[in-house]
Amino acid sequence: MSKSERPSQLFRNLNAKVASIPMILTAMVVFVGGTAWTVLYSFTNSKLLPRLNFVGLEQYYRLWATPRWLISIENLLIYGVISLVFSLVIGFLLAALLDQKIRFEDTFRTIFLYPFALSFIVTGLVWQWLLNPDFGVQGVVRSLGWTSFDFNPLYNSSIVIYGISIAALWQGTGLIMCLMLAGLRGIDEDIWKAARVDGIPMWKTYLFIIIPMMRPVFITTLVIIASGIVKVYDLVVAQTSGGPGIASEVPAKYVYDYMFFAQNLGQGFAASTMMLLSVMIVIVPWAYLEFGGRKRV
Amino acid sequence: MSDHALSATSSNLRAGASGPSGPKPRHMFSRRNIFLYGTLVVVALYYLLPLYVMVVTSLKGMPEIRLGNIFSPPLEITFEPWVKAWSQACTGLNCDGLSRGFWNSVRITVPSVILSIAIASVNGYALANWRFKGADTFFIILIVGAFIPYQVMIYPIVIILREIGLYGSLTGLVIVHSIFGMPILTLLFRNYFTSMPEELFRAARVDGAGFWGIYLRIMLPMSLPIFVVAIILQVTGIWNDFLFGVVYTRPDTYPMTVQLNNIVNSVQGVKEYNVNMAATILTGLVPLIVYFISGKLFVRGIAAGAVKG
Repeated sequence: MSKSERPSQLFRNLNAKVASIPMILTAMVVFVGGTAWTVLYSFTNSKLLPRLNFVGLEQYYRLWATPRWLISIENLLIYGVISLVFSLVIGFLLAALLDQKIRFEDTFRTIFLYPFALSFIVTGLVWQWLLNPDFGVQGVVRSLGWTSFDFNPLYNSSIVIYGISIAALWQGTGLIMCLMLAGLRGIDEDIWKAARVDGIPMWKTYLFIIIPMMRPVFITTLVIIASGIVKVYDLVVAQTSGGPGIASEVPAKYVYDYMFFAQNLGQGFAASTMMLLSVMIVIVPWAYLEFGGRKRV
Repeated sequence: MSDHALSATSSNLRAGASGPSGPKPRHMFSRRNIFLYGTLVVVALYYLLPLYVMVVTSLKGMPEIRLGNIFSPPLEITFEPWVKAWSQACTGLNCDGLSRGFWNSVRITVPSVILSIAIASVNGYALANWRFKGADTFFIILIVGAFIPYQVMIYPIVIILREIGLYGSLTGLVIVHSIFGMPILTLLFRNYFTSMPEELFRAARVDGAGFWGIYLRIMLPMSLPIFVVAIILQVTGIWNDFLFGVVYTRPDTYPMTVQLNNIVNSVQGVKEYNVNMAATILTGLVPLIVYFISGKLFVRGIAAGAVKG
C-alpha cells in the first residue's frame, strides 16, 4: 500500500481471490457449466455414455409421450397443490395458535418441528409402517370391530400420492409454522392494540390486516415450498419405491432411473431440463421481484 | 430473504424470553383456553404418534406385532431388534447390519461439515470484507444455483469425479456435499460478517493484519455462534442426505440412509418390522439428538437454511 507503484489490477486483493477459488469453481463449473452441459446433452441421443449426436427435440417428444413421465407430472402437480395449500394453512394456523401467549410454547414448537430434523427416508419408512394395511391404521380400526374400514393409500394406485403427501406434511409443516411464527412476531404489537380498540374480531384482524402485512413472509415461504416440491425424491423411494406399479412416480425419480438404471442418458437429461424449466418459472419472477425491485429503489 | 427470516426469528426468540407481557391472564379454564390447548395437544399427539409407534414397534417381538396393535405398548420389552438392526441386518449379501452405514455416515459427515464450513466461511468473509471485482456476480450465480434441481447437475459431477478418480469414493461425496452446501453457508457467513462493525476490520488493517490474519484472529473468534448454527445445519443436512449418497458411493461405502432404505425395502426374506423400525430410529437418532440439544439454534439454522428448500 505504501509503495508508490500500485500493483496490477489482477493481483490486488489476491488473497481474497485465491480464497474464493472454490466458490468461483462451484458457481462457474458446477452450477453454470453443469447446467449448460445437461441442457446441451438433452438434445442428443446419448444412451449408456454421453455422446454429442444431436437429434433435436426428439428426447422431449419421447418424454412427453411416455406414460410414466405423464404420471410423474400429474403426481407432482397433486403433491404440489396439497403441499402448498395444506402446509400454508396448517403452518399458519399452528403459528397463530402458538402466538396467543400460551404456556409451554417452546414444548409445542419443539414437538411440531422435530419431524423436520428427520430425513425423508426415515419419514417415508415410518409412514409406510403406519399405513401398512395389515398392521397399521387400517388394521387397528378393523380389529376394533369396524371390519369394512378402508384406509389403504399406499397400495391403491389412485390415491397413493395422497398417502405420500400425508408423510410430507407431517415432516414439513413444522418448518412453515416456524417461518410463519417469525413473521407474526415481526408484526407491530400496536396493530393488535388498534384492532382490539376498534373492536375488530380476531379472525378478521388476521384475515384482513395481519396476513396482508405478512406478504413478504408468505412469498418467501411459497418459494421454499415450491422449490422443495420439485425435488421430492427420497420420500417416494422410501415409502413406495414409485409403486404400486408406476402410480407414485415423480420426475426426480424418473431422471435418476433413466440416468443410472435404464442407461438412457438422453431421456434423463431431457427430463431434468424440464425440471429446471419448471423451477425457473417459479424462481425467475420471484428473483425479479426480490432483486429487480431493490435496484429500482 | 434469509437475513429477514433470520433476524425475525432471533428477535422473536428474544421477545419470547422477556418477562410477562400482554393482557391480563384470563381464567385458566375459559372456553378459549380449552379450545386453544385442546387443539394444540391433539395436534402435538398427532406429531408424536409416529415416533411413539416407531419406538414401541422396535421393542416388540415379531409374534406380538403379528397379533397385536401397532399403538399398544409392548407386553414384553425386547432389545433384540435393536441388536439385530445394528449388527446383523442384511442388505444384499452383506449381513453386518446398519453399523457399517453408521460409520460410513460418520466418515462422510465429519469431513464434509468441516470442509464445507471452512470454505464457506472464508468465502463469506471475502465477500463481506474484501470484495473484489466480479465477486458479487459469482455470489449471485451461487445463490441462484441453490435453486437448480440437483438432478440437473448430478451427471456432470459424475463425469468430473470420474475424471479426477474420485467417483465412488467417500472423498468424492465429501466434495459434493461441500459444493452443494456452499450457497446457503456462504450466504449465512456473508450476512453475519457484514453485520459486524466495520471499524473492527479497519483497525486490524491499520495494525497491519492481512487477509488470513484478520480472518483467523478476529473474525473466527468473534463469530462462534454462526459457526454453531452452520454446524447444526450441515450435520443434519448431510446425515439426512440420500440422493448424493446413492449416486456417488458404492454399496460398501453407502451412507446410513441409503443402507436403511435397502434394508427395509429389500424384497427378499421375511419382513421383520421390529428390526426395520429399530433401524429407522437408529438412523434418525443423530439428527434428533442434534435437534433436541441445539433447540433454538436449530430454529435459527433452518430459518437460514430454508432457502435451500
